Amino acid sequence: MKKKAVVGMSGGVDSSVAAWLLKEQGYDVIGVTMQIWQEEDSVIVEENGGCCGLSAVEDARKVAAQLEIPHYVMNFRQEFQNNVIDYFVRSYMEGRTPNPCIACNRHVKWESLLRRSLDIGASYIATGHYARIDRTAEGRYAVCRSAAAGKDQTYALYNLTQEQLAHTLMPVGEYTKDEIRRMAKQIGLNTASKPDSQEICFIPDQDYGRFIERDMGREPEKGNFVTRDGRVLGRHRGIIHYTVGQRKGLGLALGRPVFVTEIRPETNEVVIGEAEDVFTDRLACTHLNFMAFSGLEKPRRVLAKIRYSHEGVMATIEKAGDDRIECRFDTPVRAVTPGQAAVFYDEDGRVACGGEIIRDTPDPAMA
Amino acid sequence: MSNRVIYLDNAATTRVRREVVDAMLPYFTEEYGNASTIYSLANGAKSALQKSRDVMAGILGCDSSEIYFTGCGSESDNWALKAAAEAYRARGNHIITTKIEHHAILHTCQWLEKQGMEVTYLDVDENGLVDPGQLRAAIRPTTILISVMFANNEIGTIEPVREIGAIAREHGILFHTDAVQAFCQVPIRVDEMNIDMLSASAHKLNGPKGVGLLYIRKGVKIRSFLHGGAQERKRRAGTENIPGIAGFGRAAEIAAATMEERTGRERELRDYLIERVLREIPYSRLNGSRTKRLPGNANFSFQFVEGESMLIMLDMAGICASSGSACTSGSLDPSHVLLAIGLPHEIAHGSLRLTLGHETTKEDIDDTIEHLKEIVAKLRDMSPLYEDFMKGGRERRGGKNDVQ
Repeated sequence: MKKKAVVGMSGGVDSSVAAWLLKEQGYDVIGVTMQIWQEEDSVIVEENGGCCGLSAVEDARKVAAQLEIPHYVMNFRQEFQNNVIDYFVRSYMEGRTPNPCIACNRHVKWESLLRRSLDIGASYIATGHYARIDRTAEGRYAVCRSAAAGKDQTYALYNLTQEQLAHTLMPVGEYTKDEIRRMAKQIGLNTASKPDSQEICFIPDQDYGRFIERDMGREPEKGNFVTRDGRVLGRHRGIIHYTVGQRKGLGLALGRPVFVTEIRPETNEVVIGEAEDVFTDRLACTHLNFMAFSGLEKPRRVLAKIRYSHEGVMATIEKAGDDRIECRFDTPVRAVTPGQAAVFYDEDGRVACGGEIIRDTPDPAMA
Repeated sequence: MSNRVIYLDNAATTRVRREVVDAMLPYFTEEYGNASTIYSLANGAKSALQKSRDVMAGILGCDSSEIYFTGCGSESDNWALKAAAEAYRARGNHIITTKIEHHAILHTCQWLEKQGMEVTYLDVDENGLVDPGQLRAAIRPTTILISVMFANNEIGTIEPVREIGAIAREHGILFHTDAVQAFCQVPIRVDEMNIDMLSASAHKLNGPKGVGLLYIRKGVKIRSFLHGGAQERKRRAGTENIPGIAGFGRAAEIAAATMEERTGRERELRDYLIERVLREIPYSRLNGSRTKRLPGNANFSFQFVEGESMLIMLDMAGICASSGSACTSGSLDPSHVLLAIGLPHEIAHGSLRLTLGHETTKEDIDDTIEHLKEIVAKLRDMSPLYEDFMKGGRERRGGKNDVQ
């Protein structure tokens, strides 16, 4: 019997071609569109047809009909609310800058979708991510930067478990974006010219401050802008409105550009510094996930990425406690941001391990 | 088991009968005249309109001039509520309805609340029944309308409409009932039941989609909802959907004539389905009343089963079923009806509605039960909750392996 694969379809090019490729490879393909959020009582005009919105369902259904595969809509609103939106809001309230895509991948796209896919008799779930899944010499699964270097999506996948990866296919990762677009055209998919989805899908206007305020049901507490040594520079609108490295929208007229260098939720302070204060040569992270590496017995050399758009710098990482890695960069990096992920790659471009960046409070032993 | 399609979602919509299609066809290409014109080409359309109205009047026991054709059941519900709220505003601003209405009623009520109306949503008991005593207690001097569905679309519960009508009449309050599921499935007499307005829809009784009706008792002073031409005694503008109305008439005529025999057979099959499911699938329950129930409706909950997966697997086996109301499956939140009858969230999620029609056979039911047994067992096999539950059960029973 042919193996069943559930393809998460957004109606966009990548997942549509992924479905087509798997069908060509002989899988019994089932298209599923995940319904993950819904704005109550409002009509959302999606200009770009974002990755998971209302138009996604219609578009995916069209593509599935064209590819002659069954298509279902599955509802994951509760899972998305619990694991992504709640986490997103909580992070900002606690002075961190979250990455909701990572949480969505780990808990919704993989955990929940995989579970239900196995339920309905599938062996795999597949997505349109530009990434490959490698087996290491020790037999571990690891996502690997794809052939299309311009469109690497492995950063947001670092948190997948071995069990999840064992049931995952990423057929698009073998090709470049151009090749995929060409294939889409060849098959005659009418999605071929859709722009890439981007930004935070559940905040259509990208005004995340207002979103959080509405979710909290109140305005955030205002507080002080301070220098590193505690001198008050002015008032801020609530810590949820700031992120490390931010320059714009501070409303401070100090005659020179200044930047957010730290957020102190315990005192409700936003620390302001000069351009050079935003650079650092180390970070610490926690909530670790190991992928190509099974652990970290000794310090290892890696390429470290500290945000989705970061090109990465060489660094040395070592274990510092049960669930903590410390990382030293070869050259200082700008705006290490608590809440974002630090993802470490081995020399073959595979995700070795990663974790959530925590506030780099100075080590008393080194002071 | 074969790969044929078994259609068990007749509460969502039905297959149009051949005779109904035949009754509609002439009005597309031959008798296509606009019923509002004077030339003789339109005579066929006019008489089709009158004939359908007469059929409906016969079924409901009213005058044909009290039947207004609309575009769908939802339009009828919207019209009845919004126009009544407007027309009787001077007398009061309070409406009484229930928590288990169709969204065509609930969302209309919510909209009316934003316009300044006050709405009481009555609770129902564990079978989905409205308590007439509670209704009586909810009546205020400002109450202008009571709207209670004739039968529920998800769990099939038939409400005590006669009693509700009597209470409404006693207090001089208008009574509307959404009878979309009940029309031509159970006997309805608007006079005996003191119904002032009633909504129905063609596609639930093997008629076409896109046509509904609103019965409005003579003397009920609600105004036009759709403004324009003078159609439907100036109360519902828009060129009449003659093929649709002709089809509705024919479908209702057949459904009414066959009601006793047809629903008797459906009831028998439904009881067989309910009995076997409850007996052969452990940890299953029937939602809704065992006796005060639409003839074709069965609604089950299966503990430890995720409803969406169950529906997809049934579909893969060629069985069309739904978890609740088809109109809300876009959101697939736990059903407001199941929550209202007191089911906890996780069980409300694992529910299944099977609704029979005149074409349903015993073989359909047998095949469905076999598939369902297999699917529920498989989903439970993969459910960590079920595993925990079974382990707990064994331990409590002193390690005996007696739980199947």
